[in-house]
Amino acid sequence: MTDATLAAAQGRQTVDSIQTSYMAQVQRRRLYGGLALLIFVVLMVSGFNVADDRNAGGFWDGLHQIGDYPAEVLAEAWEKRADLPALIVKFFPALVETINIAAVSTLIGAAAGLILSLLSTRGLARWPRLIPVFRRSMDIMRAVPEIVIALVLIFVLGGGPVPAMIAIAIHTAGALGKMFSEVAENADLKPVEGLASTGANWSQRMWLGVLPQVAPNYLSYALLRFEINIRASAILGFVGAGGLGYELRNAMAWGPGRFDEAAAIFILLFGTIVFFDQISSRYRNRLTEGHNA
Amino acid sequence: MTAADLSLVKTEADALFARKRIYTVAFPAIVLAYFVYIFFAFDIAGLTKRANWDNAVTLASDSWSYKTHVTRDNRSGEMSYAVEGERKGAYPEGQRPDWVSGDDIITIDLGGDTIVRLLPEQRTEIEVPGFGLIEAQAEGRTITTNLSGDAPDWINASNRRVAITTPEGRVTITGSKTEVFNYFPGWELFWFTFDSPYHGHGVFEILLGDRIDPTRPNVAGAVSDWWNNAMWRHKDVAWAIGETILMAFLGTMGAAIIALPLAFMAAKRFAPVMIVRAATRRLFDFVRGVDALIWTVVLARAFGPGPLTGTLAILITDTGTFGKIFSEALENVDQKQIEGVASTGAKPLQRYRFGVIPQIVPILLAQILYFLESNTRSATIIGAITGGGIGLMLTQAIQTQKDWEEVAYYIVLIIAMVMAMDSFSGWLRGKLIGRRD
Repeated sequence: MTDATLAAAQGRQTVDSIQTSYMAQVQRRRLYGGLALLIFVVLMVSGFNVADDRNAGGFWDGLHQIGDYPAEVLAEAWEKRADLPALIVKFFPALVETINIAAVSTLIGAAAGLILSLLSTRGLARWPRLIPVFRRSMDIMRAVPEIVIALVLIFVLGGGPVPAMIAIAIHTAGALGKMFSEVAENADLKPVEGLASTGANWSQRMWLGVLPQVAPNYLSYALLRFEINIRASAILGFVGAGGLGYELRNAMAWGPGRFDEAAAIFILLFGTIVFFDQISSRYRNRLTEGHNA
Repeated sequence: MTAADLSLVKTEADALFARKRIYTVAFPAIVLAYFVYIFFAFDIAGLTKRANWDNAVTLASDSWSYKTHVTRDNRSGEMSYAVEGERKGAYPEGQRPDWVSGDDIITIDLGGDTIVRLLPEQRTEIEVPGFGLIEAQAEGRTITTNLSGDAPDWINASNRRVAITTPEGRVTITGSKTEVFNYFPGWELFWFTFDSPYHGHGVFEILLGDRIDPTRPNVAGAVSDWWNNAMWRHKDVAWAIGETILMAFLGTMGAAIIALPLAFMAAKRFAPVMIVRAATRRLFDFVRGVDALIWTVVLARAFGPGPLTGTLAILITDTGTFGKIFSEALENVDQKQIEGVASTGAKPLQRYRFGVIPQIVPILLAQILYFLESNTRSATIIGAITGGGIGLMLTQAIQTQKDWEEVAYYIVLIIAMVMAMDSFSGWLRGKLIGRRD
């Protein structure tokens, strides 16, 4: 009897202590969560103020002018709407150049990324000791913004599509290499071992044993990259690398009077991005969910 | 299995093999044909003609070395000594590099037995080992030399201008001035310019030695002089990097905050009204399709150049991307957890908070942190267009085509910045949602 009450009291005590420690934990969690939120809000607000201060025009002054430029462009384009089809035809070669830059750099970058990824994946690497070297080099290739390489190459090679192509290809190799290697890490090694037992060399093992397993995922990532690279190649055009971005900068530099050209370029760029976005997301779904989806 | 079945299977297999064979030939052939087309479309053959290899050499050598200019004004006879020939890098009055000596006859030792002597009456003598003595005399606007017609190709002489390039340095003589460039490896004046009292003092001397500038403590003075270095502009560079990271941070976080409620409106499970769903999705597609480039151009008109414009461009574009990703994540949430929360009598907002948010937070955070890193790169590029941050400083430094060591410095800083953001976001992801493997 005394034992039972003692046990019950002890039981209540432990429940109580568990509850208090739980409540203390919850409170501490809330406190930390609240503090983190507070720090985040302070960072956001002060960051916004700093950005606003260092900007040429203020946020609140500019806010109601946001629509002015698009309205001007649209009004002028609407006035000259008869010329618009002709302008679209005129800028079509520039669009083709922008897409070509993206396509070539995706192809080259994907090929380089493929090799780099296989060389830097544990279990597949040709030279396992060199894995860190290849990983680091991919990190650096990924970290360099395209504009850095593009500007330096424009200085050496002159303006045109080639600097942009090389710049985007280098970045693509680094970015795809990392994603490819994450996929390759999960590849089944049995086919590789089977091939090795027949005396296949490294490239045969990779080509016949690994690639068929990872190809759908690789293609899906490459398509996503292609979509990103179209945007990148348009932006690089703006700093002198040719294509649609270059034409846009020229049309903008003219200011009013050439807004119909700017409008035509906006339309082409928007249409292209949306088009490739839709196509790539459709094919990517098919690739990752099987052919019947 | 009958013989007929077997032959059917065999024909099917044969057809499959034939198809695969065609693919294995056709795909590389198409790629090859495309590359041939690109070869002509991009005019790769003409590239070697357009390329300026001198620029490449200048870039490669200037990025890790600097030159000190010794200049004599051939009209007034006045001497000046300056690093990179800039006023900011000029030696103070009465001081000059220790490889320059003499008063009436100024002797410049370029090293490797190459010696330049600036003699009175605008005469210049250059001793080049293995070639001999070159004499030049500037009179008015003409230059007379002892060089014969068939000078080697490192000498470029006319009666207006003489340029001599040796491995040790360069000499140019015109009627108005004689300039001697002496090259040294490294980034000179990176810490202190000549007008700082701390120039030429070592780390230990500054930290532990006597007070160099009597008015200030050593460390404070040294840091302040380094921070305000006119040649390398460390203060501006730090601000520029801060601006770039700020653009990425504000843009990414702002986009995530705006995209989250909108994503609920675009997800089938939470927005039963078709019109709302379709409208939100089209909005996402639209802001994504317009692309950061066009947003930058449009916003720069309203807000002027600066970090705010870049922030808003990133914010608007990524709202579309985040909206799409978040709404896809919301479509895939597990209904059971929401039902469980609902069974306790939770109101809709509470159901979202405790039934939905905990499920999607890992996906959200992973995406946000990934974009934070990738937007640091975008902010560099957008900064170059809209005029803010380290991107702008890099473009300006490249466009002036002069200070390649600064270009190299900025490139190193940009790569370090992106890699730091990469490892920071990876670390934060590990802390918040655990490592993936």
